[in-house]
Amino acid sequence: MNLPGITRRRFLGVATGAALLAGCSRRTTRVIPGEIVGPSRERGHRLRDGGFPAANTMERQGVVIVGGGIAGLAAARQLRKSGQEDFVLLELEDHTGGNSSHGANAVSAFPWGAHYVSLPPNDAREVIELYEELGLITGRDAAGRAIYDETALVADPAERLWVLGRWQEGLIPKVGASDADLREYTAFTAKMAEFKAARGRDGRRAFTIPVDRSSQDDAFTALDRMTMTQWLDAQGYRSERLRWYVDYACRDDFGGTRDQVSAWAGLHYFAARDGVASNAENDVVLTWPEGNGWLEKRLREPNADRIRAGLVAWNIEPAPDGGVRIDAFDFRRAQSIRFEARAAIVCVPRFVAHRLCAALRGRPAEPLEYGPWVVANLTLGERPGGRGFAPAWDNVFFDSRSLGYVNASHQRLDREVGPAVITWYSALCDGPAAAERAKAFDRTHADWCDLVLADLRRAHREIDETVRKIDVCVWGHGMIRPVPGLISGEARRRMAQPIGPIHFAHSDLSGLSIFEEAYTRGLLAASDVAEQLRPA
Amino acid sequence: MSTMSDRSTRLLLLASVFAIATCGLIYELIAGTLASYLLGDSVTQFSTVIGVYLFAMGIGSWLSKYVERNVLGTFIQTELFIGLIGGSSAAVLFLLFAQINSFRVLLYALVLIIGALVGLEIPLLLRILKDRLAFKDLVSKVFTFDYIGALLASLLFPLVLVPHLGLVRAGFLFGILNVLVGLVTVWLLREQVPWARGHAGTGFVILAVLLTGFAQSDRIMTWSEGATYSDPVIHARSSPYQRIILTRAGNDLRLYLNGNLQFSQRDEYRYHEALVHPGLARVPRRERVLVLGGGDGLAVREILKYPDVREVTLVDLDAQITNLFSTQELLVELNEGALRSPKVKVINQDAFIWLKQQTEKFDFIIADFPDPSNFSVGKLYTTAFYREVRRVLHPDGAVVIQSTSPYVARRSFWCVVHTLDASGFVTEPYHVYVPSFGEWGFVLAAPQSLAPVADLPPGLRFLTPETLAGLFRFPPDMGDVPTEVNRLNNQALVRMFEEEWKQYVH
Repeated sequence: MNLPGITRRRFLGVATGAALLAGCSRRTTRVIPGEIVGPSRERGHRLRDGGFPAANTMERQGVVIVGGGIAGLAAARQLRKSGQEDFVLLELEDHTGGNSSHGANAVSAFPWGAHYVSLPPNDAREVIELYEELGLITGRDAAGRAIYDETALVADPAERLWVLGRWQEGLIPKVGASDADLREYTAFTAKMAEFKAARGRDGRRAFTIPVDRSSQDDAFTALDRMTMTQWLDAQGYRSERLRWYVDYACRDDFGGTRDQVSAWAGLHYFAARDGVASNAENDVVLTWPEGNGWLEKRLREPNADRIRAGLVAWNIEPAPDGGVRIDAFDFRRAQSIRFEARAAIVCVPRFVAHRLCAALRGRPAEPLEYGPWVVANLTLGERPGGRGFAPAWDNVFFDSRSLGYVNASHQRLDREVGPAVITWYSALCDGPAAAERAKAFDRTHADWCDLVLADLRRAHREIDETVRKIDVCVWGHGMIRPVPGLISGEARRRMAQPIGPIHFAHSDLSGLSIFEEAYTRGLLAASDVAEQLRPA
Repeated sequence: MSTMSDRSTRLLLLASVFAIATCGLIYELIAGTLASYLLGDSVTQFSTVIGVYLFAMGIGSWLSKYVERNVLGTFIQTELFIGLIGGSSAAVLFLLFAQINSFRVLLYALVLIIGALVGLEIPLLLRILKDRLAFKDLVSKVFTFDYIGALLASLLFPLVLVPHLGLVRAGFLFGILNVLVGLVTVWLLREQVPWARGHAGTGFVILAVLLTGFAQSDRIMTWSEGATYSDPVIHARSSPYQRIILTRAGNDLRLYLNGNLQFSQRDEYRYHEALVHPGLARVPRRERVLVLGGGDGLAVREILKYPDVREVTLVDLDAQITNLFSTQELLVELNEGALRSPKVKVINQDAFIWLKQQTEKFDFIIADFPDPSNFSVGKLYTTAFYREVRRVLHPDGAVVIQSTSPYVARRSFWCVVHTLDASGFVTEPYHVYVPSFGEWGFVLAAPQSLAPVADLPPGLRFLTPETLAGLFRFPPDMGDVPTEVNRLNNQALVRMFEEEWKQYVH
């Protein structure tokens, strides 16, 4: 709401603005409090470099779950539901969550990674069941459509884009778009609707979640052999604005540009999500102040007694009795423990699994690419506004390589005044992943503050005065990148195969780093294990 | 110096008397008008402003005797400063009105300064001209021009300046005139004035400032709050949530929040009787009543007319509003001390958050929120909010929602009705004519149908059993229209509301 009249602050702003007009450098000079947080590089490197002491204690368990991200937590939940109470979950970090990690301060809870899920399509049966059990789906209407908890649906307005010096509603750049741009938007939207409805000769949807329930029809899988840019070229989409939007979508969901990501994956972003709700449009998402941390908490809490955090499994191998042996190092006690179990579910990224599993160490590693990410949580004295459309949940800059920011306070039910936390994201995908990763780890907290504030300043000139704290998290291997060939290739199928009593579950095996994939894989692997262990 | 140039100098100086007189009176009129406009009570304002102004002129005249050397230079400087201060006085008063606590101090200080400077002018001019004219001619001419200037000013001001230029622009225009007089004097007498260039430089800088002000007058007016209200503002404060303005003209007290009228003393009884009684008179039990919003206590005043009401809980976000309406004398008189009643509990919290934490039930609930003009307030009109309302409502109780104008924002009004329908209520929409608002709408909603019998309390000024029945009938131009249901995730109402009121206002 614009107040009539001039505030003192604005008046002073005008006066000092005029005085500073002579092109002063706007680099922040004050030191902004905060720190670099995130996955422990020290522990990760220790795992890479080896040299753990031999175990001097032994523990017997039915099942050992290695890794406490969404896949691991889903596996734990499913084991318990299947009556397999005898299990333990080992997590390298001091907390579970993986890419759904989250934090909180006096102002708000906030995400450190994934921050929303879309309405699940009918193919995502396991996910729908979870949402029903968590009370996210509160019932069904007469037509059978799910009724979602209104407070979890992203509050309107959901998205805005900073383009040509003002905010517009929605992420497709409308301000300054030519007629040719608009024609291409319409054509593209129609094409995506077509893909959404398309089914292959096998009767399955062309694109769905989970990925493995998508059609295997070559008419669609062929799209995995080209990049998204090649597909846009082949289809004759020339509009720079449309191409920007598609690129943004690829960077946002897959941590890679449209030149890096396969067309199948790029199209999956637009065409897979056909979930319907009785009380929302189907492009609406579910979100919480702490992002997917809300889901993580609810998966974790019922099994908190089985979670051992700060324990890294460093060797997993089949035991002579047909079971499995897991050596793990306890960072707090500085000693190793041997777990003897009937089965293991390895829920870690594939490149880590290669270091842990004796059976994989001999095999050549799959050529997987991981995109590095940086996430910054900013505590601000007041919620960012800006010229043009009202503040939204997701706020993106057209002329920036960042992914913009999400307002953690947006889902609050009260009238938003006072401090806020915003979460700024950037997928570091402009150079080769290894180089980007090295560059990201070299940056100091002050470097990141400069970079983040410079990005936000384009729409929020007051940001230097309102920022109170910036915490930064660098995800070196943020997420698997669905490069051409990964989704449809052989490697992915091979990775998902159990090796004796050792089962695998992680979104890497899907090629798409999303909650639904990790959850479904964890659940299915645990079902298999429970089935095998069930007394005949 | 030739006779010719002496003659023209004399003429010019006399012309400047005329200009000075006009400008001087204009500044006085601006100050008087502004004071009565912003503070009300025009007789007092004009009388005191004129008094202080004339007295200040006296001070100026008296001070003129201390100007011994460089009379001409001092005269020019005086011209330039009157131009600057007088010319920008209207803008300064408007801009600072809402920002400072002691507006009167600023007003009279400005009047004093301008008056003293104007008072200095004529004696100095008399001294400059005394060697160029015979004394009787001098006095006669100077005062003739002075009074003609005054007549011109007093006619120009109400007939041309205020209606066509506005106070702020008129101020700047006369400031510019004043400075031009100074500058022309410098130029004509440049050989007799020490530091002529310095004076000219100062003059041009001031001229530039005044010209900018003149050009930007519209912007200044939009910045200045004093100009937005048609009645004198008696209270202006900002809370963390909103801008609170009280105005008063005669016996009409009005409350504005963020520039939107909340009530007018003349007809608020129509609004508040219609808000409270059609529902409260029909519920079977009314021991515990909840008011959400409504920090002015006017709805509570109506509620307390029922002796069987045992407790009223009022939840209003803004402590500044509830404090104002429980302490300020005029306002307490208006709400009959409702917020001070021992039956009333005032809670300053966000209604949505507060409601979510409640476990006890209420017999009757009133939601009297501002109109859904932004996404933040829009949340209080959603299915998610109404479900919370239903949760804390007795099954045989009822809730009433103020729901904007069904005439101006017909779709918005019916959107509120349909949102309540979708939240599991039986709804009875109704409307009332409030002269200061126009046609206004409410929705009475209950988990189950209410008994038709209304048990109105005595002493109402508007509602009778007959008028009550009429409220529930809608003429075709305000009748039901299909709309979306308002949810947190679509904020359909805020979008509709903006569209409909935009069409109405422009």
